[in-house]
Amino acid sequence: MADPTIAVIGAGPAGIRATEALAQHRLPVIVIDEAPKGGGQIYRQPPDAFRRSPSLRYGFEANKARALHTTIERLASAIDYRPSTLAWNVWDRQLDTLRAGKTEKVPFDFLVIATGATDRVLPVPGWTLPGVYTLGGAQIALKYQGCAIGHHTVFLGTGPLLYLVAYQYAKAGATVKAVLDVNAAAAKRRALPALAWSPSMLAKGLYYRAWLGAHGVVVEDGVTPIVIHGNGGVSELTYRRAGVETTLRCDAIGLGFGLKAETQLADLAGCRFRFDRESRQWLPERNADGESTISGVYVAGDGAGIGGADAAELWGERVGLAIAARCGRPRDTTRIATIDRQLARLAHLREGLERAFPFPSQHVSTIRADTILCRCESIRIGDAMAAIRVFDVIEMNRMKAVTRVGMGRCQGRMCSAAAAELLATESRQDVAAVGRLRAQPPVKPIPLPWSSPR
Amino acid sequence: MERLVERDRPSLEFSLDGAPATAREGDTILTAVLTLRRHLAEPRLGDGPRAGFCLMGACQECWVGVDGLPVRACGTLISAGMRVATDRRSPSG
Ligand SMILES: Cc1cc2nc3c(=O)[nH]c(=O)nc-3n(C[C@H](O)[C@H](O)[C@H](O)COP(=O)(O)OP(=O)(O)OC[C@H]3O[C@@H](n4cnc5c(N)ncnc54)[C@H](O)[C@@H]3O)c2cc1C
Ligand code: FES
Repeated sequence: MADPTIAVIGAGPAGIRATEALAQHRLPVIVIDEAPKGGGQIYRQPPDAFRRSPSLRYGFEANKARALHTTIERLASAIDYRPSTLAWNVWDRQLDTLRAGKTEKVPFDFLVIATGATDRVLPVPGWTLPGVYTLGGAQIALKYQGCAIGHHTVFLGTGPLLYLVAYQYAKAGATVKAVLDVNAAAAKRRALPALAWSPSMLAKGLYYRAWLGAHGVVVEDGVTPIVIHGNGGVSELTYRRAGVETTLRCDAIGLGFGLKAETQLADLAGCRFRFDRESRQWLPERNADGESTISGVYVAGDGAGIGGADAAELWGERVGLAIAARCGRPRDTTRIATIDRQLARLAHLREGLERAFPFPSQHVSTIRADTILCRCESIRIGDAMAAIRVFDVIEMNRMKAVTRVGMGRCQGRMCSAAAAELLATESRQDVAAVGRLRAQPPVKPIPLPWSSPR
Repeated sequence: MERLVERDRPSLEFSLDGAPATAREGDTILTAVLTLRRHLAEPRLGDGPRAGFCLMGACQECWVGVDGLPVRACGTLISAGMRVATDRRSPSG
């Protein structure tokens, strides 16, 4: 039997480890990644002109970053590595890709979707002002560009990354005005037993928090954001805590409420999805090998459900080994058992994190009606709600049709989490019942000379 | 945006909406523009200027024109002599 064609989308921790496992079995692999260099989001490599050492750039994770970067460099000659290439559609066992303005079809027998995640954001009045960035974006500014998003930055939202990025900013010399967590301290205490599954993770989290406090950064729990003020850019943030309103002067805000899996390609591939209660998002179903409900299509890493970088590496390898076995290579049962044990342990930890930093769905219905919900089309919450009522909308794609929310160029990446909660509240349904936005090709806008994007 | 670390990279000249401007090697277009001023794109729908949001190619709020072609400012490195146009009505610069 001729070797099958295997395509991997994403050269982050998951995609790199999947590729490595396949290459070790001498299977040919095509690796497609939009980024010019391998590493994915957490271990994103800066442009060549930057020379700071990995330990300054990636902190505690420098060794893991270095290991992944050398792995993809070493593999590059043995595989067909296509950086700076977007996979924008998948159907009929073919990918549509775009590289340097040229489209190309890539037929495959096996596909690994390791597309990672984006920030999960919620609207706050004033959040379209220059100076407001996603939390992940704030981190990218620093590790990819050596910049802070502003001179006086506030981090607002929830999740372990909130504390990590604030720490990284302060360490690099930025002025961090405050770290404001919408979740209460009680949630974190409740989660301690599960977090204790990984003492090092717990230690790191506590360390960042303590370090920030010791360096004079205001760190508060149980915060409700009220409004971001500014004229042409952020100048103030007002929030409430324990009934007291506080206004802080700042010129930048890093906003994030956890992460959201990039699942558009899995959707286009026809994979069946399920609603995951714990993380409150729709995810592609997968079996123990990481295979989706479409034969030969595998999902790994954060793109299959937020699990963090270590789990992404393990899932990548796990999927690589499973595909190798499908291609007639011996199944490495010992290694597979080890990986499965480690993944089970990390899943416990993830449960703890979800409990410590739950998505604040209850906040969504309290956001002011004149707040922009859809940033692409500047649609306000009140207008979307009115349309939902008039047309008796009960489902997300119908909501998109009547309100245009989710129809813009981001394909709902920035608004769908909030839109689903609003629709659920308005139509008195569980959020799982309102469904999810269907992905549309191209998954990201393709600039064609004859049809420049709107 | 504030340059925080690795500020000593070589500088390069480009043009921003027709005016001469300076950036550093390794800057994305977004960094090059936002270290000079606060916004990227001119008002579009009357709700005020925007300055990108995600920096990772997801939000699509950073499209600008470069030498006549639309590009995402957060994912495109600046180079010497580039003509960057931020007025959406004429993405061709
Ligand atoms: C901005 C950001 C910063 C983060 N920082 C941290 C951190 O500091 N610490 C931490 O523990 N976790 C962090 N995370 C969580 C992080 O997602 C995981 O830890 C880890 O990166 C997941 O690995 P992955 O391989 O699943 O996906 P990623 O590392 O996200 O890799 C996915 C890759 O797929 C590529 N891709 C996606 N879609 C396409 C497409 N359509 N076509 C072509 N290529 C595509 C992307 O370019 C990317 O390189 C961060 C997440 C984000 C979004
Ligand atoms: S800033 Fe979001 S796509 Fe460029």
